[in-house]
Amino acid sequence: MPSLRLLNVTKRFGALKALDDIIFEVKDREYLCVLGSTGSGKTTLLRTIAGILRPDEGEVYIDGEKANDVAAEDRNAVYVPQTYALFPHMTVLENVMFGPLAKGTGRATAEETAMRVLKLVRLDKRADAYPNELSGGMQQRVALARGLASGAKLLLLDEPLGALDVRLRLELRTELRKLAKESGFTVIHVTHDQEEAMTIGDRILVLRKGRLQQYGTPYHVYNRPERIFVANFVGNTNFLEAIIESRSKEGSTLRLREGLNVVVQDSSFEPEEAVIVAIREENVSITPEPRGDEPNRLSGEVTAVHFLGSFTRYVVKITNGDEVASRVPIKDAKTEINQGDWVSVSFDPGNTRVYEYPTLGLSSELEAS
Amino acid sequence: MPEIRAEGLRKAYGKVIALNGIDLTIRDGEYLSIVGPSGCGKTTLIKSIAGIIQPDAGEIKINGDIVTSLPIEDRGVGYVFQEIALFPHMNVYDNVSYGLMVRGVPPPERMGSIEEMLHMMNLEEYVSRYPRELSGGARQKTAISRALTSGSTLLLLDEPLGALDLKVRTVLRYELRKLVKDLGLTAIHVTHDQAEALSVSDRIVVMRAGRIVEVGPPLQLYLRPKEIFTAKFLGEANFMIGEATETKDAGMSINVSGSKLNAIITGEIAPKKGEACVIAIRPEFVDLSSKPRKGNTWVCEVVGASFVGDSMRYEVRAKNEVTLLAKTPIAGGESSFAAGDKAYVTLPGENLLLYGLPEEGLEKALSLE
Repeated sequence: MPSLRLLNVTKRFGALKALDDIIFEVKDREYLCVLGSTGSGKTTLLRTIAGILRPDEGEVYIDGEKANDVAAEDRNAVYVPQTYALFPHMTVLENVMFGPLAKGTGRATAEETAMRVLKLVRLDKRADAYPNELSGGMQQRVALARGLASGAKLLLLDEPLGALDVRLRLELRTELRKLAKESGFTVIHVTHDQEEAMTIGDRILVLRKGRLQQYGTPYHVYNRPERIFVANFVGNTNFLEAIIESRSKEGSTLRLREGLNVVVQDSSFEPEEAVIVAIREENVSITPEPRGDEPNRLSGEVTAVHFLGSFTRYVVKITNGDEVASRVPIKDAKTEINQGDWVSVSFDPGNTRVYEYPTLGLSSELEAS
Repeated sequence: MPEIRAEGLRKAYGKVIALNGIDLTIRDGEYLSIVGPSGCGKTTLIKSIAGIIQPDAGEIKINGDIVTSLPIEDRGVGYVFQEIALFPHMNVYDNVSYGLMVRGVPPPERMGSIEEMLHMMNLEEYVSRYPRELSGGARQKTAISRALTSGSTLLLLDEPLGALDLKVRTVLRYELRKLVKDLGLTAIHVTHDQAEALSVSDRIVVMRAGRIVEVGPPLQLYLRPKEIFTAKFLGEANFMIGEATETKDAGMSINVSGSKLNAIITGEIAPKKGEACVIAIRPEFVDLSSKPRKGNTWVCEVVGASFVGDSMRYEVRAKNEVTLLAKTPIAGGESSFAAGDKAYVTLPGENLLLYGLPEEGLEKALSLE
């Protein structure tokens, strides 16, 4: 029953710290998504858990046993890399049966297992094809099937849905989770797609430049991002520079650029401190006319309208020159609002988060790498 | 600022027909996206327009002139593709000015347009960096700048953001549209990312198996797709098979697995009494409530609930065994339902899309191949 624990794991490539003091724990049968952009260290993390790379510092525990010195093939873990390495001279079925057969499973059982996972990845009808007869996306699905059939209980998946068509990716991701849960796998799934991570992960680990940014349930990471980077990387967020004007038990008043005031629920900063206030785009409402005296009403000009399908996004340049975006569900679409219109935007003081102003400025905090 | 016409384009690779009679006009100054599943012919189409691929039959016209046999360099097009192709030994400035240099434009005359381009793309601070020192987004912006400084007014974008991380891609796509509009270019953009197509395009072309399925503005294709495949491919949709039981004026009643639905006929095709039909509805229009609503309400059980940040996705099973996906915005709030809950699912008549039952069957009509 695979559980996993990393203690102060650091991995260097020359002067670069690909992993920097990583600590976390994954429970047996848990589905963890590791979320980060290119160069964040997520593949290195997976390869270190798989035993392909050795950490320079720290320990990797699998099932409570220290695994630093355990060879990759003895870890009861299967690593499915992003670049699928299939045996070119074997059919799809033979490729998928290879693992079970190598472990001494009988032919009939191996074939049954292989066909079951091939069905899952929608390739049961191509079981007799050779890899070179398949598209890149299909080959990736075969590689995934091979990992699923291998018999190992700890699955290490590197962008397993990355090369697939969007439609297929949406369909497969829920099934992948379902299968993992039904078969009792513990899964570490690396992705740069935040929606994928939130939909299938029991927990999410956000990585940036080799450092762990946040670790928690999707709900927690989305609603209580601990850093500006996480608030930006997961979801769609407005960030405004501000100075704390005053504070009380109920909250604080913030001064935006050009002296516009807004109120927030947070009261953890001292007056005159420089901060960043973050507001989710879906928590900003937009109206053509100024409404009553609701708090945090700012006016400005609509500079762009982006239709996103289930949401419409309005970008408003408010009077101090800052931009505030509002995302409105299509059911409540404001068809009367167009580019160039003068509008009001507002948000609830409770739907804001306040962060210390980053030493290197806001933009350095938003960069992924 | 050219107008492009494709007339009767055909192209086959052996037995595979990539283009099966394509007629399409791209208007002067238009931002047009082409979407479709892998292998639908979208890349072949844009490459035929660029002059990289010779069609077997049909013509390409730019501003009325037949250019079908002209090579790419004589068509006045800027072509940007997914694999970023910059000269590794040249810095950003030299890469961007390369096109003007080879055309023999003297350095002083080059400077103005290059600097303007670098400014528009926010690349000024990177001018002396080499490609390997740039992020993926900055590299692709350099490639786009290079394509444009050659003076082309037709920009062909072949998955230009496909290799980039999701977050970078979202930011760049808006910049790309703004650039095209500010410079008055005509742009043709091939993408597999439907959110990208919906948010930046004036019109979208949906392709499948070498043919054009439907062309129209994003909002129209999303809210009122004429073809069932468009409903499937752009955004998400629930599909049900039913039988028309009654029609009167602009409304009709449909029997779905023993339950009644009242729909408003908005499309051109209305099923006749006694005929089988397909009903589609986008998940964000499926309403889930704890109390019954007036009309089109079924008792259901919530079988799955997943949090995706700005929304909840619920899978529900109605009493008539129909399974539906519902997507509910939850700006700042908590989920109202959990798996196992009893609830009421309402399918508002004005949001139902009606189609005749496809001759080849529903599954085949929706299949991506």
